[in-house]
Amino acid sequence: MALDVLIVDDSAAIRKILQRVLVQADVPLGKVYEAGDGREALNLLQAQTVGLILSDINMPNMDGLQFLREVRSNDAWKAVPIVMITTEGSQNKVLEAVQLGASGYVKKPFTAEQIKEKLAGLI
Amino acid sequence: MSIQTDRMVQFVADSTKQVFEMMMGIQLTVGEHYTDRNDPGPMAGVVSLVGLVGSWVGTGSFTCSPEMACQLASSMLMAEYKSMNEEVLDAVAEVTNMIIGNVKTGLEEDLGPMGLSIPTVIFGRNFMTRSVGNSEWTVVPFFCGTERIEVQICLAPHKDSQTVPRFWMAGIHS
Repeated sequence: MALDVLIVDDSAAIRKILQRVLVQADVPLGKVYEAGDGREALNLLQAQTVGLILSDINMPNMDGLQFLREVRSNDAWKAVPIVMITTEGSQNKVLEAVQLGASGYVKKPFTAEQIKEKLAGLI
Repeated sequence: MSIQTDRMVQFVADSTKQVFEMMMGIQLTVGEHYTDRNDPGPMAGVVSLVGLVGSWVGTGSFTCSPEMACQLASSMLMAEYKSMNEEVLDAVAEVTNMIIGNVKTGLEEDLGPMGLSIPTVIFGRNFMTRSVGNSEWTVVPFFCGTERIEVQICLAPHKDSQTVPRFWMAGIHS
């Protein structure tokens, strides 16, 4: 069954790379939605249902941790797996993301194999 | 709290090589680092800047030629770029974000939590950059064939680490 995915990152380059990586990771891709920050992603989720979210943390307008907080506090979205993909490597940020309900955490730079491993138990 | 130059240079070298290898499949050779006490003179090419803020504040920069920027974007995005455009600038910004972001993670071991700004990329000819208040840059050159890349860090203790100015924090995301 095809999986609709939302990719949230202020870098168009990273959104493009992640799409490619999802294909390389044999994810049965349906539609791929893109958002440049957390606010745009929340607006998109009002209209679309997705089965997986990949999100950056360091973004303008609404960062990834606030986006995660908003998603997990909404009954309609709180079960959607969210993997944080970010340059933020400090332990307190990882811990905060996990406490807020992140399903996984991948540090940039990443390989397709790392993304594949992280998604293995989630989809 | 303080940071030794050699340790910072090691963070920069490891981070830059790792980003190029993992995201672009490009092997870099690290050159001899040096300290530049003057702001760079008029230059041409691509410069990408990221702000660092915490108990120490400063800037990280990534500099390369337009040709190198096109090469890294082509490798990263698996498409051919022969001239500068928005996608190339975006790729350079993200490379800078990853390099300086990983340096920041290393620096935090010694300097405590730091925030990172959204990158700004500049492409042009005959322009100058200046870091107000502190102009001592640690410069780490890298080589990819005939192309030269520079990653520079300018860091100084915040004069009052308990009170980071609001105007500065406004553009910073932790």
